[in-house]
Amino acid sequence: MRPALPVGIVGYGGYVPRYRLPASEISRLWPSGGEDGPVSSKAVPGLDEDTVTMSIEAARNALDRAGIDPAQIGAVWVGSESHPYAVKPTSTIVAEAIGAVPHVLAADWQFACKAGTEALQAALGLVGSGMVRYGLAIGMDAAQGKPSDALEYTAAAGGAAILVGPAEEAVARCEGSVSYVTDTPDFWRRPGRTYPEHAGRFTGQPAYFAHSLAAARELLAELGWRPDELAHAVFHQPNVRFPTQAGQQLGLSRQQMALGLLSPEIGNAYAGSSLLGLVAALDGAAPEQRILQVSFGSGAGSDAFGWITTPLLPERQQLASTVRDYIARQRQIDYATYLRYRGQIVME
Amino acid sequence: MSSSSHWRTRRQRLALVGEQCPHCQAMLFPPRDICPSCHGPAKEPYHYGGVGSVYSFSEVYTAPDAYEHYAPYVVALVQLEEGPLLTAQLTDVEPEDVYVGMPVEMVTRRLRAEGPEGLISYGYKFRPVPERVAAH
Repeated sequence: MRPALPVGIVGYGGYVPRYRLPASEISRLWPSGGEDGPVSSKAVPGLDEDTVTMSIEAARNALDRAGIDPAQIGAVWVGSESHPYAVKPTSTIVAEAIGAVPHVLAADWQFACKAGTEALQAALGLVGSGMVRYGLAIGMDAAQGKPSDALEYTAAAGGAAILVGPAEEAVARCEGSVSYVTDTPDFWRRPGRTYPEHAGRFTGQPAYFAHSLAAARELLAELGWRPDELAHAVFHQPNVRFPTQAGQQLGLSRQQMALGLLSPEIGNAYAGSSLLGLVAALDGAAPEQRILQVSFGSGAGSDAFGWITTPLLPERQQLASTVRDYIARQRQIDYATYLRYRGQIVME
Repeated sequence: MSSSSHWRTRRQRLALVGEQCPHCQAMLFPPRDICPSCHGPAKEPYHYGGVGSVYSFSEVYTAPDAYEHYAPYVVALVQLEEGPLLTAQLTDVEPEDVYVGMPVEMVTRRLRAEGPEGLISYGYKFRPVPERVAAH
């Protein structure tokens, strides 16, 4: 898929909260036979943070890099599976905070961990059809894992905002995108339930790998790109093993995956995961480099994007905090503090 | 906070929008109808940059309703670089690390929620200006 008009990323910004829960704290509470956790630590939101507040900060970073008047933004879309309200949009609060109201499309998107890239594809289409000049797509989550469940090690917080606009203003041009979707029941949450359910090992081959690799291969074939021509590749990161193996199966080197692989340090940012990896890659990329980005959302589907960075990138990289700045800004917490920050301690 | 006051204060809470008096140029926050300096009508919105420093602060142990779960926390008088002095909670900082003159920047965070069924109120807080790691 490719929009009618050339479009790209004119501004981008990530956000990772300050607190880290080491995997050793979870295994201390819930010993499971001495296995190492799937990540070394995960990012945890503070007491006053949620998908709204984190989206606002990422959006402000994207605007700082783009340097445009926020009133020119024609769409603010937030993809998440942890919107603070069941009914009342996250996107209107974000749009108000960044000064994009009132002449703006605003909506919340839902597709498990690919809600953010779904919003990004729609923004590429809306800008690429000429309906709006700029569209802001955000993927952000403050994920909850059931205590003692394997997901508790990885369910983390963070995400990114991507401001889509005309290609001539872009730091990275969109060369094309592919979606690959089937009805695959690997992970779900019913209304009113606090924690998601998952199908254990079924989340691997039929879900994550089948969709991620199919989308990646189809996009590379459409664009005529060989894997060795990619400077950077970013996958959805539910743990460290899945994206690493997906990269290996595509023939990618450790170096091609290095900039965008964040899960070892922050866990799985759900709808924010591959977008945050893309932002980390943009933070460190040079002009005229090819970037492959592949999301995955349970239920299930993958969106793949081919980006080529432009000469405008270097001057905008330092106009806002980088993902590495946020990762370096960390304070480790223990399991009791984690429960307090996640609202699990009943006060009344 | 009622729905009406929530709605009325949305721009000052979420985007730090105050006023600049069109008569005497006084910088005002929060916005008000009459300029306290020259008593003329003040209606010109001004979008503050959100950068300032800690003018004074106090650590709160006995918190008001809906803020108990934050205690202990720091409330500060923050002097914006444009001039106004405002009261706000500090966040992402340990109380022992706060000092008068500390450079801070505005962030939008959860202020309070009206129980599990009511509105969630978002608004400005301030945090230490984050350090930047070296460029790649």
